[in-house]
Amino acid sequence: MSFLPYGVAAWLFVIGLYGIVTSRNLVHLIICLAVVQSSTYVLLLAVGYRSGGTAAIFADISTSKVTVDPIVATLTLTDVVVEATVVALLLALAVQAHRRFGTLDPNEMGALRG
Amino acid sequence: MTAVQLVALVAVALGGTAVVLAHEPARQALVTGVYGFALAVLFLAFQAPDVALSQIVVGAIALPAMILYALRKIIRREEERDEG
Amino acid sequence: MSERARMAVFGAGVLGFAAVLVWGLGGLPDFGDFAGRYGDYLAHTSVPQRHATSAISVTTFDFRGVDTLIEEFILFTAAVGVVALLRTGRERDDVAAEPESVRRPTAQSGSLGSVATALVGPGLVLGINVVLHGHLTPGGGFQGGVVLMSAFLLIYLGGCHIRLGRLRPLAAMEASEGVGAAGFALIGLGGLVIAGAYLENFLPFGRVGNLVSGGDIPLLNIAVGLEVMGALLVVLGEFLDQRLLMRKGEA
Repeated sequence: MSFLPYGVAAWLFVIGLYGIVTSRNLVHLIICLAVVQSSTYVLLLAVGYRSGGTAAIFADISTSKVTVDPIVATLTLTDVVVEATVVALLLALAVQAHRRFGTLDPNEMGALRG
Repeated sequence: MTAVQLVALVAVALGGTAVVLAHEPARQALVTGVYGFALAVLFLAFQAPDVALSQIVVGAIALPAMILYALRKIIRREEERDEG
Repeated sequence: MSERARMAVFGAGVLGFAAVLVWGLGGLPDFGDFAGRYGDYLAHTSVPQRHATSAISVTTFDFRGVDTLIEEFILFTAAVGVVALLRTGRERDDVAAEPESVRRPTAQSGSLGSVATALVGPGLVLGINVVLHGHLTPGGGFQGGVVLMSAFLLIYLGGCHIRLGRLRPLAAMEASEGVGAAGFALIGLGGLVIAGAYLENFLPFGRVGNLVSGGDIPLLNIAVGLEVMGALLVVLGEFLDQRLLMRKGEA
């Protein structure tokens, strides 16, 4: 049972990869990439969790209490916001690809031409 | 592992599968919103309130909005091309 | 390669990958058994050393400030990339004027428009509150920036447009993004000049629990909040063909 968080992270990664490989629509592909991203968030926070620990905010608790790791929370919270903008960049690329090729199907798009 | 964490983990696993299996992008945008919310609950259960706060707004508001706006741009261009 | 052959190769590859991944994850310490000493050290010295009660904020902007600087510039670069991709495309096409029902998506729904417009004020206040209290409670520049972004998005969903008089709203958002990104880097320079190391905390730390405490962490929070809000609004504005933020005088 204690393997469940890591198992969920691995499952999200694999199912996201499956979605990317079998996708017929560029926008669907980009969202599956976001699912793969979220698997890393789950893994990071699961690694930093301590049983019985609380969040590392000492505004109302004494500073000697047991807390969870603040470093993985830092990494994840900056990553969540930055990923949103990177997904926006990928969506802009999809819009331009649709302009160029007239379709959103990755299989129908032609090869890159110099 | 507490009960909330267990339920949240199962919800996240099911939500991720639902996002991948929703092939229509417009429907997928709404499923992404729900999945983002489930992720935020999971982050809260893992004692990371800052991350949950970011994830609520980004995953449930900004990401579906961006998907729908990108789709709108593509559909408008298709309509113009069909007319012109 | 045919479709079936590709799926077969993928299937074999992903099964092998999943096996290695599960084997590797099985070697991690048990869930709930975190034994890192660096994390504990950072958590327990953030209040005595920096007088800021949110160890996560102190870790983000002070102890690991360089990581945040890099993430912030990824955000900035991605926003510039979106603008570069979508703005040149639009100048080549002739984007036809949109019908009223599309341009003002809630024009027909009065209740949705009223609720959205009514929530803008509270949303802005909440966003500013979250940004300013980042070093004391859960929150900070990233979280407050996205809350502010959603408050501005509600203006658009409420069927109105932002009018800032002579100032072009899109230019204001781009300026906010630039000021935020540059502000972060320049405050780091202050640390270099005064305290001897880039992004070193150089302002007085104040009393624990005060709004003005934690050194330069509140300033960095404000810079990041401006940047996140500006970047996301510029990106959304590009997707909406700049209908999100329109000049005064345009219908």
